[in-house]
Amino acid sequence: MPKSDSKPAVKASKDNPELRLIGTPFRRVDGRTKVTGQLQFADDLSFPRMVYVKLVRSTVPHANIKNIDCSEARKMPGVVDIMLGEELPVPYGILPVSRDEHALAINKVRFVGDPVAAVAALTEDQAHEAALAVKVKYEVLPTIDSIQTALKTPEPRIHEYGDEGNLHKKVSLEFGAVDEGFEQADVVLEDTVFFQGNTHLPIEQHAAVAVAEDEDRVTLYSSTQTPHYVHRALARVLQIPASRIRVIACSVGGGFGGKTDPFNHEIIVTKLALKLGRPVKATLTREEVFYCHRGRHPVLMNLRTGFRKDGSMTAQHLRTALDGGGYGSYGVASTFYTGALQTTTYTLPAYRFEAVRAFTNKPPCGPKRGHGTPQPRFAYEIHLDKAAEKLRIDPAELRLRNLLPANSVTANWLEVGSTGLRQCIEAVVAGSGWKERYGKLPEGRGLGLACGAYMCGAGLPIYWNHMPQSGVQLKLDRSGGVAIFCGQAEVGQGSDSVLAAIVAEILGISLADVRLCVADTDLTPVDLGSYSSRVTLMMGQAAMQAAERARELIAKAVGAQLEIPENYLVFADNRVFYSGDPDKGLSFSEAVIAAEARFGTLGTTGSYTPPRAPGRYRGAGVGPSPTYSFTAAILEVEVDPQTGLYNVDHVWLAHDIGRAINPVLVLGQIEGSVYMGLGEAIMEEQEFRRLPKRLSPSLVHKMPSLLEYKSPGFHDMPEITSYLVETDDERGPFGAKEVGQGPLLPIMPALANAVYDAVGVRVDQVPIRPDLVLKGLQAKAKGKEARVGPANFPEIDFGDPVLVHTPEQGGDGRAVDDPKAKRRTGVGSSTGTMKERDQALKEKDSAALTTN
Amino acid sequence: MLRLPPIDYRSPQRLEEVIATLASENVRLVAGGTDLWPNMKRRHQLADTVVSLMSVPGLRGIEHGKDGVKIGALTSLADIVRDDKMRALWPAFTRAVASISSPPLRSMATIGGNLCVDTRCTYYNQTEEWRRSIDYCLKEKGTICWVATKSPRCWAHSASDSAPILCALDAQVKLIGPDGERVIPVSALFRDDGIDYLCKKSDEILTELLIPAGSDQDHCRSAFWKLRRRGSIDFAVLSVAAAVWTDTKNTVTRATVYLGAVGSSPVSIDVESLLVGQPLNEDLIKQVAQRAQKAATPMDNTDFAAAWRGKMANNYTHAALNEIAGLPVRCAPPKHGLTVV
Repeated sequence: MPKSDSKPAVKASKDNPELRLIGTPFRRVDGRTKVTGQLQFADDLSFPRMVYVKLVRSTVPHANIKNIDCSEARKMPGVVDIMLGEELPVPYGILPVSRDEHALAINKVRFVGDPVAAVAALTEDQAHEAALAVKVKYEVLPTIDSIQTALKTPEPRIHEYGDEGNLHKKVSLEFGAVDEGFEQADVVLEDTVFFQGNTHLPIEQHAAVAVAEDEDRVTLYSSTQTPHYVHRALARVLQIPASRIRVIACSVGGGFGGKTDPFNHEIIVTKLALKLGRPVKATLTREEVFYCHRGRHPVLMNLRTGFRKDGSMTAQHLRTALDGGGYGSYGVASTFYTGALQTTTYTLPAYRFEAVRAFTNKPPCGPKRGHGTPQPRFAYEIHLDKAAEKLRIDPAELRLRNLLPANSVTANWLEVGSTGLRQCIEAVVAGSGWKERYGKLPEGRGLGLACGAYMCGAGLPIYWNHMPQSGVQLKLDRSGGVAIFCGQAEVGQGSDSVLAAIVAEILGISLADVRLCVADTDLTPVDLGSYSSRVTLMMGQAAMQAAERARELIAKAVGAQLEIPENYLVFADNRVFYSGDPDKGLSFSEAVIAAEARFGTLGTTGSYTPPRAPGRYRGAGVGPSPTYSFTAAILEVEVDPQTGLYNVDHVWLAHDIGRAINPVLVLGQIEGSVYMGLGEAIMEEQEFRRLPKRLSPSLVHKMPSLLEYKSPGFHDMPEITSYLVETDDERGPFGAKEVGQGPLLPIMPALANAVYDAVGVRVDQVPIRPDLVLKGLQAKAKGKEARVGPANFPEIDFGDPVLVHTPEQGGDGRAVDDPKAKRRTGVGSSTGTMKERDQALKEKDSAALTTN
Repeated sequence: MLRLPPIDYRSPQRLEEVIATLASENVRLVAGGTDLWPNMKRRHQLADTVVSLMSVPGLRGIEHGKDGVKIGALTSLADIVRDDKMRALWPAFTRAVASISSPPLRSMATIGGNLCVDTRCTYYNQTEEWRRSIDYCLKEKGTICWVATKSPRCWAHSASDSAPILCALDAQVKLIGPDGERVIPVSALFRDDGIDYLCKKSDEILTELLIPAGSDQDHCRSAFWKLRRRGSIDFAVLSVAAAVWTDTKNTVTRATVYLGAVGSSPVSIDVESLLVGQPLNEDLIKQVAQRAQKAATPMDNTDFAAAWRGKMANNYTHAALNEIAGLPVRCAPPKHGLTVV
């Protein structure tokens, strides 16, 4: 059974004698409606006169569209309209730097599955039949099927923008004296590693329904993690004021990053609803979800690190090459993320990071749980295992020796506050019997350790602005009920429950007396959405502020009425009472009545803006976060040396959660992360078939179905022992950090390390398929290197590096050749105030890339 | 979701009516529908009319007798798995059936349907739109077998888990057509061709299955091993079914080994020339396993790497025969791989 290391620390004070809800395993607020099937997902919605949309998708990977013949399809029964790309000419994209998508392709298609036409019909069957009857003629262009092909084939370009040829983005950053660092090393280790792409695989397929209210107003219901960004994209593409568009995110049946972009079907149904004056619905098939994708980038990596004999690191050089697919999506951010968080776990005095993202004729890649971080984390953690062996230091000990201290500013200028990584490592080492068992188990059985760190919300929003990232509004009235309004989207992670619990805790009322109104752009204040593990921290802080303001108003009124000093009032058990005499007090509804009588209609707001990080170089916008979570995991594996087949028997995982708002939700996220991580480590592959070139230009998804895209079932899950490490982070609400993404990170490298401990085979790629393990075993039997993985990293010109002095070198966070570099001094002196942001904006300081 | 094309659906109550309907153009037979309906949604195995057997009485049920067991073609896989006598007498058969797909599908799927299940290929089991993008394949509408582009034949693989074990156990099937009924060995039901994989006429109906008493646990020892990615749902990428008959001195008198999923039909391994007249031992098992690896033709049209699957034909055959011989089974399949319900 999962266990918790410590009990919640209670900050006892006169107005908060003890936490009643936070830290207890309370039932999630949407649990009952979910398990009874009452809750309506987007596809459950139906409206009178609704029509159904089916998208016609490209059957070729790369081509110019010569002709779209809809004549036959238009005559088919039930067809109401067929829309082509020209009706939606404005491009969009989640990042302002890569608005390269059209809802329907105009002139050109970029992968098999790119939509070219939308058929609306009275029934789903009719739409489906008519879509099959649309005939598209293509002029085929060369197929760019991989990073290597993209590097070799600058022309024809998949997009007319990007850093060069078919390379979308190139990054070259250098922090500190990297070459000197390598010179000081006793041992320099180099690894080339490949992380295969994989997809989110939410059980709910994307669905969207748009309802036109009248000519000028429209409402979109969608399964989205980011209603605010969809709202912005709709206003942009439809060219109508945002105030006339309402986006409601339905409860989402799994997102994992796959529902964080604005999608073509969302734009199409909204446009058609306005055009036809009737409700329009689109529900994607499973295959179409594979085409929407935005999942894990396949990344080829080369990692070189200098170590001293004592295990400390002198420098690191990381090169990554990402296969981006056909569109930008979050790709620029993903590219930076393959290097940004590399510095957050262990002390790294000098660090060079070079990256390139290629466009290829595949569904676009983007953010999947861990966004760009699992790939380099995989490389780093197996690299450390090899270093430990070479330096004859225990792998756990090597990591402990290198731990980044709390309250550090890293070489790449990330402010890392609290860290519980030491406790995490110690917990899994003790739990798994590491010291007695690692390296000593019988042949075929092994243990592997790995760690990770993740952001608790991206420090910067997707688009540059100086508004809060999350807002919460409370409405209180004489009924005693509290309504909470917030733009956050519940995607299954439990954010509704966190929101309700924080407000209920502060006002001392029960969850049943709280009503939520969330993810509705008309009714709720903006929250940027459920991505980058930001919701608990950012929404939580906004909710705390709003609730504390409400409590203050009520306390004033009650204090006056009962003649008790405000700060002696306790809010608990649906009452407001005197701490010295609990019988002296009012029920919560009487207290609200007192406040309403005194102040008029009651409402409060709260908002949260993250502190500004100290990095000022171009690219510094990716990686900063108010605080970071930490994880350590140990996997035990049994490998069959005859076949390469293996079983993961047990996972021990410890996570620095800061403070568990609800330990059951935290454990759920940990177990979900372990599940998803094992899927990536063992079997999941977003793999493509390139047909023989002499016969066909085709490049198709190998297995776009739930049956053949292999992802584990619950019966494939091992035992999991979870440990919650609580560090009470001052920047988190009640001390809380994220748990949605971090626990996934160590799983893949821990498996690779465990396989090595079991049979002495290094698999430097994921998924770790049994045939690869067997290949390594056969090589080992022949006395060859028992390693399976990519042979080399291609020659890539990453461009001149942007040099940034580290805090240790006395740098100021800016690039060395930045003209503003001399103006600022001091390490991490920035406080991130709004005034400073305004100032920065005035200076048109675009140095920091404005992406998540 | 994927949509079915428009069809004329019939469900008569008399077998003669079903047979008569099959005589017209463009008709397909359906039982549990767990194979046909998804196929039709992907727009292969198209038909104007689909005629169901499910309303015909008398085709469902398990009847144990002294000659063996008779299983009606419409008997659900779940009913077979639940039959205690079956498990006691033909444990490898129960094991094979229990390994098919998942519990909900086993409740709907029939044993007749599983024997006749369409051959599979990752170039074929795709939607209409997907197949358009490869210009279709030899199995349907196209001219090239993408698995082996120079091949004149289709290499879709046999996907039935019940077929190899029923072949190994000398089971027979009854076929009823317009010209009456005939009984043939299960091994004669299949043809090594990805397209035309059944030796059953299109208007013949498989109505009954008979497993002879001579292959029950009192007379022979059998084993079924299945390789797949996950512990449920997945089709086999390799299966091994074996049965060995011995006399009182433990000398082999008869033996059968069939491989599933590594050919367009169950692949028979010539084992009798090696084993008959000998006691089953490690050395002979090794030789049989080598023959199995040679006979397997795994292609790159399933999950897992084809060459590795070929190698696994060796390991899994070895393991199955070791299990029969009571020798230690060294090859450890994933723990979730085989669980008898």
